Amino acid sequence: MKLEMKDKPGQLIAALKPISDVEGNIMAIIHQRDPSAAPGDTIDVQIMLDLPGSKLESLVETLTSQGVNVVRIGEERLLIRRSVILIGHIMHTDLTDTVDRIDSSGLAEVAELGMVMPAINEPSSAKITLKSSSLEEIGRAIDLLRSVAREKGLLVIEPLEEYP
Amino acid sequence: MRIALLGFGSVGRGIAEAVSEKDLGLSITAVADSRSGIIDADGIDIRDVLERKRTTGLCGTPGITADDVIESGVYDVLVEVTPTNADSANPALGYITRALAAGRHVVTSNKGPIALRYDALMQLAASRNVQLRYEATVCGAIPLIQALEIGLAGNTITALNGVFNGTCNYILTRMTDEGLSYSQALLEARELGYAEADPTYDVKGVDAAIKLVILANSIWGLNASLDDVDITGIDGLTTDALALAEDLNCTIRLIGEIIPEKRILKVSPRVLSKDHSLVVRDTLNAVTVETDMAGEITLIGRGAGSRETASAIIADILFIRDCHVERT
Repeated sequence: MKLEMKDKPGQLIAALKPISDVEGNIMAIIHQRDPSAAPGDTIDVQIMLDLPGSKLESLVETLTSQGVNVVRIGEERLLIRRSVILIGHIMHTDLTDTVDRIDSSGLAEVAELGMVMPAINEPSSAKITLKSSSLEEIGRAIDLLRSVAREKGLLVIEPLEEYP
Repeated sequence: MRIALLGFGSVGRGIAEAVSEKDLGLSITAVADSRSGIIDADGIDIRDVLERKRTTGLCGTPGITADDVIESGVYDVLVEVTPTNADSANPALGYITRALAAGRHVVTSNKGPIALRYDALMQLAASRNVQLRYEATVCGAIPLIQALEIGLAGNTITALNGVFNGTCNYILTRMTDEGLSYSQALLEARELGYAEADPTYDVKGVDAAIKLVILANSIWGLNASLDDVDITGIDGLTTDALALAEDLNCTIRLIGEIIPEKRILKVSPRVLSKDHSLVVRDTLNAVTVETDMAGEITLIGRGAGSRETASAIIADILFIRDCHVERT
C-alpha cells in the first residue's frame, strides 16, 4: 500500500505500529525523503505487507485515524504457495484439464509448472505450484489435485510439512 | 539368565556373538535353526555352534526342532528371531504363543506376530505374568519402544512420523546423490546386501506399513491391520522427480506417518526440506515423536543389521532380567 504522511518525527512509527498490532508481516518499506521538502510537507511511503484480508479494513481505519492517508492499496496477492511433485503420463492424461480443474475450483491457481519428459512412453515428472489466499483453501485444492491424479493414474508426492 | 534362541540367521548369530563376546551374564541353553537344533541345560559353547553353522550350515543336530527347544523348558527367555511372515505370522506366532503359555518371557524381532496379534499376545503374557518385548521389530537399534514406554511415560503421544525402511532410504539417497535411476539404485542396494532378492516388501512400502501397524497398536491401541494403512511405495519414483525437489532445496523420502486424531495411518514418498531432521542418509532410520509435554523428539540410528538388531534384542532381555525377574 502507498501511504502519505506528514514529514515529521514519529510519523513512520505511527504508521507501522498499527500494522504489527493486527499481526501484519511487513516485507518491505520504500521511503525516499525528498531533500527539498519543507517541514510540514507530506511524504510518500510504500509498504509491502502480508496480512489476512479480513484485517485490511480495520488497518486502514486505524491509519486514517492517526492522520496517515492511504493513497493506494495494491492488488491482493495470493500468498500461500504449495508445491507438489507429480509423476506419470502427465501430458497424455490431459494436462490442460488437470490445470483447469484446479483453476476453476476457485480454491487455488496453478502458479508454476515445471516438467521433465525423459522419453516417449516413460513417465514424466512435474513440479506444480499452487497458490491460494488461505491455508484451508490450499489444503482443499491439494485434496482435489490428489483425486484428479488418482483418476488419471498419476503419483502425487506431497510435502511433509508446510514450507514457503 | 538362560536364553533359548529360535532362528540362527544373521540376527541369531549376531545375538550369539554378542553373548559370547561380552560379559552380559547371559547363557544360551538352546538354539534351533530351520533344519537342526541343540539343547543343553548347562549352557552351550557358542563358539562351537557358530563354527558348525559356518562350516555345515547347521547349528546343531538334524531332527531337533524349534518345538523341541520350546518344550525343553531349559530357558527363562525365548528369543524368537525367525524370518517374518507378514501374512500368517507363522510359525513364529505358534512359537511365541507356546512359550508365553508355558510361562516364559519372549523377546522377538519378528514383525508378523506383533503386527497381527499384539493384543492377544500381550493378554496372554499378562495372564502368565511374563514379558513379551519387541523392540527389534521397529527401527532396529533405535530404542523407540523403550523411549515411548519408559522415557516418555506420562506423555500423550499425539503423532509420529519417520523413515522406517533403510532399503528405500538407501535407494533414494543414491538416486539423489548420483542421479541413478530407481532400478540402478535398487540393483546397487541388492549387491550391497541392503535389499532382499525380492525387494517388493521394502520398495512398495509394506515393511514400513507393518511397523506403523505395530506402533499404532502398541502405542495407541488402535487395533489396526495392514489394510488400514494408506500405502504408496517408492517404485514409481523418477530421478527427475528428485531433481525437481532439489530445485526447491528439498528432497524425497519414504515417510511413515501416524496421526490418530485425524485417523491418518500412511506410508508415502514425501517432499521434505533438505535440512529436515528426518532427511537421513543411506540405510539410517529416523523417527520423530510428537508429545504433549516433551514436545518433539527425534531418534536417528541404524534400522537393520545383525549387530544392530542384536543390540535391541539384548536390551530387551536385560530389561526383563533387571526390571522384572530380579524384582519378583
